[in-house]
Amino acid sequence: MKRIVHALVAAVWFMVLCSPIMGLQIQPDKSVVFLWKRLAALGVGIFFASLLWQWYFSSQRASVSLRMPAAVTSAIGLFKQKKTRRAGLGILLVFMLLIPFLPVIGSIYQISILISALIYVMLALGLNIVVGLAGQLVLGYAAFYAIGAYTYALLTTYFGFGFWICLPIGGVMTILFGLALGFPVLRLRGDYLAIVTLGFGEIVRLMLLNWVSITGGSHGISNIPKPGLFGIDMDIQQATVYLYYLCVAAVIVAIVIISRLKNSRVGLALQALREDEIASEAMGINLTRVKLAAFALSSAWAGFAGVFFAAKTSFVNPASFTFMESAMMLSMVVLGGMGSITGVTLGALILILVPEYLRAFADYRMLLFGLVMVLMMIFRPQGLITGERRKYHVTALDGKGEAA
Amino acid sequence: MDFQYFIELFFGGLTRGSIYALIALGYTLVYGIIGLINFAHGEIYMIGAFTALLVAGLLGYLGFPAGGILIVAALAAIVWTSAYGYTMEKIAYKPLRNAPRLSPLISAIGMSTFLQNYVLLAQTPDFVPFPMLLPDIDWLLEKFNYVLGPSDFFILVVSFITMICLMLWIRYTRMGKAMRATAQNRTMAMLLGIDANHIISVTFIVGSALAALGGVLIASHMGQINFGIGFLAGMKAFTAAVLGGIGSVPGAVLGGLTLGLAESFTTGYVAGNYEDVLAFCLLILILIFRPDGILGKHQVQKV
Amino acid sequence: MKRVFLSAVAAALLSMGLAAPLQAADTIKIGVAGAHSGDLASYGVPSLNAAKIVAAKVNAQGGVLGKQIELVIGDDQCKPELGTNVATKLISDKVAVVMGHICSGPAKASLPLYNDAHIISMSPSATTPGLTAGGANPMFFRTIAKDDDQAKLTSRFMLESLKAKKIAYVHDNGDYGKGFCDNNRALMEAGGAKTVLFEAITPDAVDFSPIVRKLRHAKADIIVFGGYQPTASKLLQQMRRSRVMTPDVGHDGLKYDAFIKMGGEAAGGVYCFYPKDTASLPIYKEARQAHIDMFKSEPGSFYYNAYSAMLALINAIKEAGSTDTDKIVEALHTKKVSTPLGELVFNKSGDAAGLALSVYQIKGGKFVETNYSVTLD
Repeated sequence: MKRIVHALVAAVWFMVLCSPIMGLQIQPDKSVVFLWKRLAALGVGIFFASLLWQWYFSSQRASVSLRMPAAVTSAIGLFKQKKTRRAGLGILLVFMLLIPFLPVIGSIYQISILISALIYVMLALGLNIVVGLAGQLVLGYAAFYAIGAYTYALLTTYFGFGFWICLPIGGVMTILFGLALGFPVLRLRGDYLAIVTLGFGEIVRLMLLNWVSITGGSHGISNIPKPGLFGIDMDIQQATVYLYYLCVAAVIVAIVIISRLKNSRVGLALQALREDEIASEAMGINLTRVKLAAFALSSAWAGFAGVFFAAKTSFVNPASFTFMESAMMLSMVVLGGMGSITGVTLGALILILVPEYLRAFADYRMLLFGLVMVLMMIFRPQGLITGERRKYHVTALDGKGEAA
Repeated sequence: MDFQYFIELFFGGLTRGSIYALIALGYTLVYGIIGLINFAHGEIYMIGAFTALLVAGLLGYLGFPAGGILIVAALAAIVWTSAYGYTMEKIAYKPLRNAPRLSPLISAIGMSTFLQNYVLLAQTPDFVPFPMLLPDIDWLLEKFNYVLGPSDFFILVVSFITMICLMLWIRYTRMGKAMRATAQNRTMAMLLGIDANHIISVTFIVGSALAALGGVLIASHMGQINFGIGFLAGMKAFTAAVLGGIGSVPGAVLGGLTLGLAESFTTGYVAGNYEDVLAFCLLILILIFRPDGILGKHQVQKV
Repeated sequence: MKRVFLSAVAAALLSMGLAAPLQAADTIKIGVAGAHSGDLASYGVPSLNAAKIVAAKVNAQGGVLGKQIELVIGDDQCKPELGTNVATKLISDKVAVVMGHICSGPAKASLPLYNDAHIISMSPSATTPGLTAGGANPMFFRTIAKDDDQAKLTSRFMLESLKAKKIAYVHDNGDYGKGFCDNNRALMEAGGAKTVLFEAITPDAVDFSPIVRKLRHAKADIIVFGGYQPTASKLLQQMRRSRVMTPDVGHDGLKYDAFIKMGGEAAGGVYCFYPKDTASLPIYKEARQAHIDMFKSEPGSFYYNAYSAMLALINAIKEAGSTDTDKIVEALHTKKVSTPLGELVFNKSGDAAGLALSVYQIKGGKFVETNYSVTLD
């Protein structure tokens, strides 16, 4: 009963709160329209949301999950199971088995969407190194993406370099920029670092915009060639399919390297850093080296993704590398699960593919992203799939140090 | 160039800076109390402007006398926007009080995106005209030899009065003292009988009210608004707060004015293209070389 | 449980990714590409509306070549990368022609795809000269004057009629606005006018007071503004409030009633360029009335350009007697079509010939056409 009263109060509060922005609209002729229905719908929505909210927090406080309806427990249980990783991997496996055949059954449109999605998977995986593993919040990741894309665009326009030369150069360039940014910000605390990287992202974009003589400013650079294959002439259809396979290969390489990295010395050091900087330094981890390594590795993937991006769209301009892009990449990592490779891959695929196929959502996409980020932090900060670390423990029962 | 030009740029920068300062105060107050960069604060400013616009539109529609509209709309904007600030804290930050440091920041970024799109969808993606509520008094302009336009003058006066009131309030009232105590040491303040949750709510309310005021002033100065005006304003104000020393109230004011002047002189003597580049470079350099800002106290990292 | 979940996910992914759109055989598909959502939607939605209105009208009259018109809508949000996705979507949906893209960025990014697929696209709004320069893209057309054509008229007007000697250029650093300023600057300097200021402003800036003060001290005879309407009206209001009364010249992005509404008194006296006033043409009135009937509002940016583009495309299909691209191109080059913007035919590089541009001045809250005009050929 108390909860219902509470929910009613919440509903009324929100209706009053949102009354100007949701309830009023000024027409071009300066008359005012009242949108009562919209407000009423909001009230009803808030009422139920509030009930859920209260139920969640009270059940959490009592730490009783038994009262949950069976369906909910099993759904949550599915995520909470130790084998989640394997479930996630399973989904990924199904997806991967399909991957080589998609160009055969799908249209060029679907392939082109998938290339976009794969580029974002690369970005999310790269960002995951620095955000998920090292716990350093980077809000300007789109800057590295831009540097990669422009490296290819500029080298190919001015010097006629091909895709295969530019791919490593793009990686090296972003590593250099990553180090240049990483070095001075080493001693910054988490939230300051976030803001510095945000500023860096904006500066890179503004420089690309204002350095007209080189980058063409807002006109961008067009006619960037697609990667070639031993000089064989391909039409756009074939080139797209070829690019698709290249992206698949790049993502697989990324997944392999990053999952190897995760359990390597550097990877473990990164994770120690995430948990407690001071304690890990006390344990003899060289913070400088580890942080710089994280920055360099992470930015390299953005560079590669950038080169792929430039090759795919054949046109780059600074408008593609705004803060919203960085925020989008971050939400992929957050949604998927910070630190979990399966998670961020899934996160990137969901965030790119769902809006593409559910066009009705297009308008509400950013609204939902925002909401999901807030709710994820409250209810499931670890993301869809928990990025668990390898834990070594001795168990008498099964007698082996299981990798959880 | 000549001195007149310098003076004009100076006052232009001061006007812009005082708006930055009003918004920066919200960042600094919240950061001082709970150590959170309230990323959605720029959106609060935008909501303030929108609420004022809608209320003014409604009043105009109902035939309210023109002279009173500015005051009523501004007050309504301040009240509603404070309520937004309060609600936002309860939903997006309070449940995360004990979460890892990055969680509230990510939640704040989410909140910022959410609020932008909320206004975009509930209202319009287009720019909408904001009624010219500030009096356009011609004689002022000539009196000041074109140094200060009437709306600049109005903005300067209102924001300075507000900032002085705020500083006095923090310095001398019970609530202000409780806020300072909580900022220094939350646990200790709680032991002394200060309700920390209450203080945090008040901080958000005050910060939002200041942002709303800034929003109303700027909107009636510029003549139009859309859902996206909060992002850049928020970033600049945050830069200002960091510049002055985040957590320090006089620092935010000083930082705001400094940034406004720096931008004004950059445009005036270099080029408008580099206004934003300068602001962001300043932000990075300050954070790297003097993270505590001009007036901030150095904080020792505790284990 | 887990297996069920897994297979459900797999099935969902499969059906999402692979469900091919159902093919209806007896329609002619016209792609409509542009920014239909997101923050630039206000520049793309009017053209979508135009496409819907024209398609509905033509269908009601029995369609074209005995077939109904089906619109395939692609939203690029003005982003190049989404532009290419939209282009591939339209191509794989086998559209006959494309009306779009709205922004120059997606237009540039998607053109190689359309060229490769041998599909005609016609933009109602992309003004970048490079898109049609020298017949670079034989299958690209547009129903808007390109930047350098606009600049030819503007510069002539400023030099001859306003006798301007010192010019200040202010732009928003966007493709559209900066292009206008660049082209004008080149022509004006060739004509002997001095550039006293050439600068970008940030449209989202908290206020414009520094640039306003700088403009006052630049003492220009005229200010050339390149950018969208909201930025222009904001800047003007600030200028006029600071009593900077320099006349202002803007491009066709300003010639919308919203500019007068937003700019208020400050907009008075501003010159801008737009296709010659055709509001007296019955077809123009019809287009406007159709929008008011269907969407209960006045048409927005690029509406008439898009309406004309749709008419031109459909007319060309009719004249060609098939959806064969080469025949449609031929028809576009040779057959005149009457549109709300006048009688149009497309020249060899794909620009609309017959499109007349005029100089307008805002007087008493209205756009008043001056006698400066040029007809493109």
